[in-house]
Amino acid sequence: MPELPPSLPESRVVARGRTRPSLVWVIPIVAALVGGWVALTRILDRGPTITIVFHSAEGLAAGKTAIQYNGVEVGRITAVRLSEDHRTVVLSAQMAPETEDLLVADTHFWVVRPRISGANVSGLGTLISGAYIGMEIGHAAAARREFVGLETPPVVTSDVAGRYFVLKAPNLGSLDTGTPLFFRRLQVGEVASYALDSDGAALTIKVFVKAPYDQYVTPNTRFWQASGIDVSLTAAGMSVQTQSLLSILIGGIAFETPAHGPLLAAAEAEAVFQLYDNRAAAFLRPAADPQTYLLLFSDSVRGLAPGAPVEFRGIPIGEVLSVHGEVDPRTFQFSAPVLVRLDAQRLGVKVVDPPSAGALPALRRTLIDNLVAHGVRAQLRTGNLLTGAMFVAFDFAPDAPPATVDWASEPVRLPTIPGQMEALEARVISIIGKLDQIPYQAIGDDLQGLLSKLEAVPYQDIGADLRQAIAGFDATLADARTTLDNTNAMVAPDSVLGAQLEATLQEVSRAARGLRVLADYLERHPEALIRGKTGEAK
Amino acid sequence: MSAAGASALALGLQGCEGCGLLSRPAPNRAEGRCPRCDTTLEFRKPHSLQRTWAYLIAAAICYVPANLLPVLTTTTARGVESDTILQGVVLLWSPTGWPLSLIVLVASIMIPSAKILALAYLLIGVQRRAAANDAQRVRLYRSVRFVGRWSMVDVYVDTFTAALVQLQPLMSVQPGPGLLFFAAVVVLTMLAAESFDPRLIWDAADRSEVRHA
Repeated sequence: MPELPPSLPESRVVARGRTRPSLVWVIPIVAALVGGWVALTRILDRGPTITIVFHSAEGLAAGKTAIQYNGVEVGRITAVRLSEDHRTVVLSAQMAPETEDLLVADTHFWVVRPRISGANVSGLGTLISGAYIGMEIGHAAAARREFVGLETPPVVTSDVAGRYFVLKAPNLGSLDTGTPLFFRRLQVGEVASYALDSDGAALTIKVFVKAPYDQYVTPNTRFWQASGIDVSLTAAGMSVQTQSLLSILIGGIAFETPAHGPLLAAAEAEAVFQLYDNRAAAFLRPAADPQTYLLLFSDSVRGLAPGAPVEFRGIPIGEVLSVHGEVDPRTFQFSAPVLVRLDAQRLGVKVVDPPSAGALPALRRTLIDNLVAHGVRAQLRTGNLLTGAMFVAFDFAPDAPPATVDWASEPVRLPTIPGQMEALEARVISIIGKLDQIPYQAIGDDLQGLLSKLEAVPYQDIGADLRQAIAGFDATLADARTTLDNTNAMVAPDSVLGAQLEATLQEVSRAARGLRVLADYLERHPEALIRGKTGEAK
Repeated sequence: MSAAGASALALGLQGCEGCGLLSRPAPNRAEGRCPRCDTTLEFRKPHSLQRTWAYLIAAAICYVPANLLPVLTTTTARGVESDTILQGVVLLWSPTGWPLSLIVLVASIMIPSAKILALAYLLIGVQRRAAANDAQRVRLYRSVRFVGRWSMVDVYVDTFTAALVQLQPLMSVQPGPGLLFFAAVVVLTMLAAESFDPRLIWDAADRSEVRHA
């Protein structure tokens, strides 16, 4: 250790305020407060956590894929994992806190990917940005946290005003989701979805009609497939019916309300309509009460195909469902059972309005019984001479053998008469048969006998008698003229009889006037009948 | 290295850190000014332990959000992405990019945490008057002071990126809230290292020697 210099200078003393050591502790306290505040806001900012089930997570990534509502990010996928049965994909998503009341029972999610269909192109932005999850907010009150995602995005989102209607169709035709709906060739809606009925018999197509056009859908509105071009050749020339170029390319549905029908209020949402194949079919009077009947024809049914019309004196009342052939193995009699579907109400028969459901079959039965009793029979007729197409005609056949309808059989069999050609043939044969039966020999003999008797008549005597009779007739005519002259003189205007008659009539007229005065007085003073003319005395 | 020697404190003297002049403090005064260059004179940094602890605790608190909150928010056509430091490390980790990933991992996660732990170790050692490994502890302190300023590299890179990458509709980068906390961690650990007085390590050693002697 070195020796210290003997005199070391002393440091100067500076008066100084005492520093408080506790001040430095403000820093960790502030750090803790800020950290705590950040943590708190982070926790409070956490919205609900939801799960969405999809078939595939193609293009989705945890932490990257956003959930968007109208283009606003409202959540983010936090985890993508397989479901426990490895069939579906379960996405966990962290939602923004303000989405709490948007996550309800009928809220829907779907993956937005680029989608190109005939009608529209959507989601092109996702080609660059990657898929995201779209969201549609439901209206239900019940909250929900576990959702099943839609595989196809809804065509119409719930924030578009309008109404859904249900169409029943036998086949889909060229329809698809997004197929346009036309009203007076204006696009007013789209096909929202379609599904095969559980029994496989028909398709249920859901269509959306935007407001304000939905008010034009009334309970008697007709919907038909407006796909393609409809060329028809009529007496007025050729006419081509289309909706729009778009519908020619991708199909479409048109609707219209018959102008002559009753003016009805707008149809309820989800109301069910039939989808017809074309406009003509749509505007046929709808089969209100179709029934299946059996017709047994004994003549050839060549040219009669299913779908052939059934007419009652030219008014279509139904169609042929099926045509078969039957040969009786014992008698070798051929018969063709034809199933037809008829709607008696298309005849315009005014049933009791409104017909109660129970009364309708009885009414129908009475109607058909009466028609058959008045000679209405089914008959095969040729509708088109070129193609030989046949149709079934119901008509009055006054000379048809009496028949009754057996209501116990199923389907009910209606009486038929042979077709026109067959009937004509039968008549000609019967005429020929009758001609054959005429006894020409006997007629000839009789004629000969008659002629010989005529020869024996004394024509000379008959001539004299006739001349005498004519002279007598002349005298009678002269008498008659005299009588008429006398009568004429009697009724002449200046005759005595006429003058007397006029005087008598004047007397009668005066008497009638007196009687009227009396009647008037009595009406005013009925008591005069008892008391006499007291009023005059005063 | 732990050879006992007479420190200025043991002799009741104060050495000026500015001009090296050795002086004796005024009676009953621990602090003063150098008579030659007017530098503040003190035996030891005042309240060194307390201040170091305060900065260290603040740094430790800020370290948590610095790692949990995103430091960078990248907006591209693909959407908005927020990345924390750890996510950045994972993102950079690839067969070719792993050295870069390692740099970020070391500079941004390991060094700040190592600094906090090292300072805590030093403080506890002083407070418990531990005498062992004095030289090593001093070396540790020196490395903590040296490394301290380099941790700011992360903050600089992020702020530069945010300022430069502003290709508006296509891509933009915004600093996230985590960056603020990360900068706070770096600054607070530097302040903690500055307020720690390494002489205290030797004081403890001296005292224990005195006690043993």
